Amino acid sequence: MKCVIRSIAPVGSYLHMVLDAPEIPEVQPGNFAAVAVGGVGGGMLLRRAFSIHKATPGETLEIIFASHGQGTQWLATQSAGDTIDVIAPLGKPFVLPRQPIPCVIVAGGYGAAPMELLARDLRSRGCRVDVVLGAATQEKLFGVLDLKGVADSVTVTTDDGTSGVRGRVTDVLADLIQKNTAQAVYACGPMPMLQAVAQVAQDNGAFSQCAVEESMACGIGVCMTCVLPIIGDDGVTRMVRSCVDGPVFRGDRVRWNDVNTVPSDALGAPHPGGH
Amino acid sequence: MPVDLTTSLGSLQLSAPTLTASGCAAAGKELAQFGDVSTLGAVVTKSIMMAPRSGRATPRMAETPSGMLNSIGLQGPGIGSFLENDLEWLHANNVTTIVSIAGNNVEEFGELARILAKVDGVDGLEVNISCPNVESRGQVFACNPVTAAQVIETVRSVWHSDSPVLAKLSPDVTDIVEIAHSVVNAGVDGVSMINTLLGMVIDVDKMKPMLGGRTGGLSGPAIRPVAVRAIYQVHAALPHLPILGMGGIRTGHDALEFIAAGASAVSIGTVVFGDPGAPWRIAQELGQELESRGYNSLSEVVGLAHQN
Repeated sequence: MKCVIRSIAPVGSYLHMVLDAPEIPEVQPGNFAAVAVGGVGGGMLLRRAFSIHKATPGETLEIIFASHGQGTQWLATQSAGDTIDVIAPLGKPFVLPRQPIPCVIVAGGYGAAPMELLARDLRSRGCRVDVVLGAATQEKLFGVLDLKGVADSVTVTTDDGTSGVRGRVTDVLADLIQKNTAQAVYACGPMPMLQAVAQVAQDNGAFSQCAVEESMACGIGVCMTCVLPIIGDDGVTRMVRSCVDGPVFRGDRVRWNDVNTVPSDALGAPHPGGH
Repeated sequence: MPVDLTTSLGSLQLSAPTLTASGCAAAGKELAQFGDVSTLGAVVTKSIMMAPRSGRATPRMAETPSGMLNSIGLQGPGIGSFLENDLEWLHANNVTTIVSIAGNNVEEFGELARILAKVDGVDGLEVNISCPNVESRGQVFACNPVTAAQVIETVRSVWHSDSPVLAKLSPDVTDIVEIAHSVVNAGVDGVSMINTLLGMVIDVDKMKPMLGGRTGGLSGPAIRPVAVRAIYQVHAALPHLPILGMGGIRTGHDALEFIAAGASAVSIGTVVFGDPGAPWRIAQELGQELESRGYNSLSEVVGLAHQN
């Protein structure tokens, strides 16, 4: 759908883009948007995927992005009034608990983009929600104030100690799960962070739901680029598309140590003399 | 009067001139949210193999100027799951379906064709003898006229159906016309061209190839002139051979180049990743391009660039 940019403004190290999106339906936290970059006829053919920050059905769609590659640099040069092409919402969202259980939300950097929406949904189901936001440094944090307005608590960590606790999100996570008897951990951020969060959750008896970051070409399930080794209900590992079967996966189902490989026991894995 | 865009590939009549390209639309289902798949010329499925196949390690993709490299490595569920889930959906939704098949060896191609000849809903075969994402370059059957012909002869011997058998050719050869002659002599009804070109991108921070599979197939508008050239050469040598053209088509104008070079229909591939509605849009644009030039039908333009 064609979307006119309503506003684009820096937030710390990131950019916050609000789009007029008259065709946007209801969005669930964890859904993502695929944005065409470079203009019609340009040399960049592939969309860029961003988790949706907020959306109002029939009205607006908001994304947060970092200008670091050629595509996002182009996006950063767009101004209010310009039109961009967006496909949204895509992907499977976070699965919400049926019971009002205590939950922890963990996010790294702009991985916090979908978390205000998620925190609101969890709170509306009666869940206690504690949040951990981490980043390398203060200006790479996102959403701290907004989440403070929604969650029961927000703990900040930075690698360099410029804000909150000096250290990683996982340094405070175990205590928080224990203290609040959290049963579910929701996470979005870089893959090494997700792996560590999933491990801490598991060690402390909580389920985890992780929104992964994998490079995608299409975002709609046709290109088979964004696959991860995922353990299925039947115990079999398959190379699964993060765009349509994710981006949210159960943390205990992702074979984190085998990401970027094809495990030898995965369905259809190469074998000597075969492929 | 609107331009007549109906066309054919051998015995297969197509109601529209644009098809999906193998590997760029899975088995069609995912595109249904962007358009009515039954109105496409056909869905050409991602290549199906006998057994489930994991494909290669990630990263599998690198964007390149006006194109991309992929090293998927023929990930797929295997023929059993394909018949049960994908082909059934295509058939139930009245989608014209060309099944792309890929084998590890000549016998496997034959086995796949034998199975597909017995089921409903297969309107044609595209024999993928040219996937570059295999461990051994010796497996790229289309790089050698003898192995290319062996695969086609084997498929032909078990394909007791009127629907066409197409051989998908690689541009990574010294003389694509020689390969085309070879598969024609082995009994194909037409050729699909071109598959991707073998390429590489190096990550200079990590100082290693960017793709998990090291090399990948280059596709997108970057390869379009190579495709037009290859089709032009093959049509010049074999003017009666039906050609399904593909390679970086992004607009109706691009498609018209392929038709003028000698293609009877076109497959839309990489552009679908960025624009899932492209196969429908391009068909419409092609109609406008023909109309604005005063043509009444697509068929009168096939190979027209050879007349002068």
